[in-house]
Amino acid sequence: MKIESPQYQNDPLTGQENHCIKATIDGMTAFIPIDLDNTDYAEIMRQVNAGELTIADAD
Amino acid sequence: MSRAREIADLGSPAASGLSNRNPIINGAMTVDQRNSGSALTVNSASEFYAVDRFMGIGVASDGVYTLQQVTDAPDNFVNSIKATVTTADASIPSTGRYLIRHKLEGNTISQLNLGSSAAQTFTLSFYVKSSLTGTFGGSILNGAQDRSYPFTYTISSANTWERKTVTIAGDTTGTWPTNNTKAMQIGWSLGVGSDYLNTAGTWVGSQEWGATGETAVIATNAATWQMTGVQLEIGTSAANFDHEDYGVTLAKCQRYYMQWGPETAGSVFRHFNPAYANDSYCAGTQAFPVEMRAVPTVAYSAITYQNADSWGTGSSDRNQVLTYSMSTSATVISGAYIANNGTDYAYANAEL
Repeated sequence: MKIESPQYQNDPLTGQENHCIKATIDGMTAFIPIDLDNTDYAEIMRQVNAGELTIADAD
Repeated sequence: MSRAREIADLGSPAASGLSNRNPIINGAMTVDQRNSGSALTVNSASEFYAVDRFMGIGVASDGVYTLQQVTDAPDNFVNSIKATVTTADASIPSTGRYLIRHKLEGNTISQLNLGSSAAQTFTLSFYVKSSLTGTFGGSILNGAQDRSYPFTYTISSANTWERKTVTIAGDTTGTWPTNNTKAMQIGWSLGVGSDYLNTAGTWVGSQEWGATGETAVIATNAATWQMTGVQLEIGTSAANFDHEDYGVTLAKCQRYYMQWGPETAGSVFRHFNPAYANDSYCAGTQAFPVEMRAVPTVAYSAITYQNADSWGTGSSDRNQVLTYSMSTSATVISGAYIANNGTDYAYANAEL
């Protein structure tokens, strides 16, 4: 799995900050929930903890 | 047959036809939401889903095989998955893994009591066909990949469907979750490196994906390997395969992955049709057909906007996702959709 350009997203409807991560996964635009049961999120955090990936702040 | 024998046999799946005994999902390889039968090229350690719930894994910059759903199958089946070696690897790196893998959620195997003194003996069965003959390998692992049971099976005749059974004494140690997380994995080796090979027929406390002495399919160019009818059941014997309705299997698969499109005609699946509008955004809730295993990733290949310039997900859970489209300029927006060009699609992914 190739994860690129991860960035936290704020929810414009509720105002919740960092409610998900927007990234490109294998060429597709993806919205990943902040949930360790989600394997995409778990993989992102594994790469972040390994120093292989950085999540940009929300706009 | 005595009346007592008939009554006793009612407890046997083989005799009674009791269904839902097989925790393997899509064992008949009928559901392929992602590819609709198209071949995948497995050329890296990523997970390539040939059909729903069954994936191929390879090695980067080394051997290559294609994997796809085909209609060549044994009697009473329609589909199988077929691996074809297109670039042979006769010298598999020690950490290399060429394999077909199926992951099971803890909720589906809790009845096996694995990791306890009450662990049940269970039997794995499957139909296999290969251009090669000999002894082949595979393994059963827990989710943490620190418990493994390598197994072997023998293919006697080339290019002939054969049914194989492997009976395993349940593991009485190790961690085997019983919730919605990954609890068990089954791997069929097409060739794995020495780091992942171990003696067949016993539980070991390490990650193994094949058995010592196994045949490496990946080592032979143009070699083929096919499988269908995968079943796992409590007990020491394999009953007839528990066929189920396509819709039932599809719903089970959609707990892990569901896809909208690609569409080619008819009404476009406007899953972002606004249910609520404001000055700068509109939003709508998209319900999933079944409760998903976890809150899913939602992704799209391409999106078509209608007076909007961005799209995202709002509140979501295992049953639904709130999506919105926004405009930085228009005060009235009408949303976004997946075009019916036969290419664009979106998915919700909660795979293990």
